[in-house]
Amino acid sequence: MPTTRTERVGIKVSDDVVRVRQITRAFALEVGLSLVDQTKIVTASSELARNTLDYGGGGEVTAEIVEQGGRRGVRLTFDDKGPGIADIEQALKDGFTSGRGMGLGLGGAKRLSNEFSIVSEPGLGTKITIARWK
Amino acid sequence: MDRIPILKFGNALLVTIQVDMHDQLATALEEDLTSKIVSHNARGVLIDISALDVVDSFIGRMLDNIAAVSRILDADTVVVGMRPAVAITLVELGLSLTGVKTALNVERGMAMIHDRLAGSEADDADDED
Repeated sequence: MPTTRTERVGIKVSDDVVRVRQITRAFALEVGLSLVDQTKIVTASSELARNTLDYGGGGEVTAEIVEQGGRRGVRLTFDDKGPGIADIEQALKDGFTSGRGMGLGLGGAKRLSNEFSIVSEPGLGTKITIARWK
Repeated sequence: MDRIPILKFGNALLVTIQVDMHDQLATALEEDLTSKIVSHNARGVLIDISALDVVDSFIGRMLDNIAAVSRILDADTVVVGMRPAVAITLVELGLSLTGVKTALNVERGMAMIHDRLAGSEADDADDED
């Protein structure tokens, strides 16, 4: 899958969550996503960036503009070296939270994306990739 | 630290959120509004979010909390100006803000607060009879 643009943002303080939203918005605009689709991927990026900060102890996101079969899309990969998620199925359920949120972050981000994948190893960290296609 | 300004408008408070809020700013607004409802004896809170192009679960929860706390303090909260794309996204996210009153714009939101106040004043008048 060719990547035409890449940007990395560290997620260490809550201002970084705002920066992740802004970069996601810029990439979504560049790809030409509709206003509703822009809003969905930006909201998903906000949820996942906050998870990276609150539960992963900080990390980074790689934002990419990708092309596949003539379609363009935005792909975001959130990476942290935190405690990991022991039960991914449970973490994806609405209402499940181990922190201060409403427990909508992970499941909500999945619903707002066209593609969603999660790899997590207890004690080693979590990697979540989402994409939204035009 | 930055703060979102809160204006007094008759016996209501008016907040216009014009910046992309980080989480501490949202939490500070929640606390500031709660204390101002009491110190200004406010009966209504109007929150204009027409400038926000994203409302995620954290800001959604802040709006829900403000509405719940103000209700306990005998003030009505009306959220106005939500963009259509934001509304669609919030519902898909799983946040339908059931505890929050909404209006399309500031005029209608202010009218909702005034209607409620007029109603409660009429009740007060009845009590005196």
